[in-house]
Amino acid sequence: MIQVSGLTKFYNEILAVDHISFEVNKGEVFGFLGPNGAGKTTNIRILTGFSKPTEGKIFMFGLDVETQIVQIKKHIGVVPEISNLYDELSAMDNLIFMGQLYGIPRSERKKRAEELLKTFKLYERKNSLFRTFSRGMKRALTIAAALIHNPEILFLDEPTVGLDVVAARSLRNLISNLRQQGVTIFLTTHYLEEADLLCDRVAVLVKGKILTIDTPLNLKAKTDKKSLEEAFMKITGLEPEILAIEKGK
Amino acid sequence: MWRDNLRGIFYIALKDIKTYYFKPPAISWGIVFPITWILAFYLRNPGDFKELVPGLIAMTILFSTTAAEAVVLNFELRLGTLERLLLAPISIDAVLLGKVLGGVIFGFLMTITITIFSVLILGLHPNLFYLSLIIFPSLFVFSSLGAFLCMMVKEVFEAQTLLNLPRFLMIFLSGVVYPVSKLPVVLQYFSYVLPLTYTVDGLKRAFSTSLNKMVLLDSLILIIFFILFILPATKLLYKKFE
Repeated sequence: MIQVSGLTKFYNEILAVDHISFEVNKGEVFGFLGPNGAGKTTNIRILTGFSKPTEGKIFMFGLDVETQIVQIKKHIGVVPEISNLYDELSAMDNLIFMGQLYGIPRSERKKRAEELLKTFKLYERKNSLFRTFSRGMKRALTIAAALIHNPEILFLDEPTVGLDVVAARSLRNLISNLRQQGVTIFLTTHYLEEADLLCDRVAVLVKGKILTIDTPLNLKAKTDKKSLEEAFMKITGLEPEILAIEKGK
Repeated sequence: MWRDNLRGIFYIALKDIKTYYFKPPAISWGIVFPITWILAFYLRNPGDFKELVPGLIAMTILFSTTAAEAVVLNFELRLGTLERLLLAPISIDAVLLGKVLGGVIFGFLMTITITIFSVLILGLHPNLFYLSLIIFPSLFVFSSLGAFLCMMVKEVFEAQTLLNLPRFLMIFLSGVVYPVSKLPVVLQYFSYVLPLTYTVDGLKRAFSTSLNKMVLLDSLILIIFFILFILPATKLLYKKFE
């Protein structure tokens, strides 16, 4: 589904992504794990055509992201870190507008929007303005908007940041459901428990470099740790720092 | 791909009209402001109001197309909604053209209202073909000027302030209320680099009784101005997403 080779990105002289290569298979949930500033969002921006790589190649569905991004966008959905729909439009109008941009026929647009509003439990508020929604509802509607055209790949950038426990849990269930429907999911997160629950494979990213790619189970086994969080600390070399902080206490 | 882009341009324009333009601030800026200005000039120097009609229409085009255009792009960049538009299968150029078209459609509705009222009340007989040859390119010129200046700054308030400079320069130097031929020679030369000069000139010719092919030249120059504004605006928008 996604093939990335030698991807590198410099912002002026700062190296944000350092020669990374990986593949994402059809139907899997692939996680990008890393601390803040590791380059997770930069990677998503490059993969979705917002930013040009300094070096490297990305192919999605066999199409080149650099030259065929418009065709690729028809088959991908993106949920950015910030819920960025229109405050002045209602939930229904936001989804209809997105459907219009994706060229969904008029006869199907409303039906699809209603389906999504029901799935995300927002149907009762379909005529409420986006700005009146809670953070969790905004997040849910932003994901719904990304799904309006039935994408084959869904990019989720830090999907549960800022959500309360209930909203985050419901969102995780939703991601699991999407995976069961065959949607390939690429997500970035710094919540390791979330990655452990959702991801088939994870890539550990530090300072723009991939340190390892494997299943959560294998990472725990390789590092001889019980949780993905502990395994992550060991892989990234952050373990001594944490121990030092704990000793200082 | 052109079909995707055309669809995107159309729906973005439609959405912008709904969310930004048919709101009291845009309507007052786009229609009330030009009328107030022209009336103020008329009361200061009463004469034949018919002579001020081309200036009134030109100002309506200028203010209505830029009423929201100058802030919409930066506003959406800040909120992240512009990025949301770019997630759709359309190009950056199409997004910008959609934004420009929103200003054009709103400007057209305001301009046509003012023109119809002026023509009916004052009993004028403009050449409709010439009128459209000037009004349509002018709508695109000033909407793209708004987009271009918006792209040159980061903040919403900076765009509005920056746009006021050419707006007010053009009111005084483009023949809206004071003929260009009566300006000092240096200012006359300066007026030739202002697009509103060609809008006012073309409109005056469209309202005159004799046929005048110079309207075609005014129209052509306006099309050139549109290209001169839209190309760098597109380049600057690309740069914002680098």
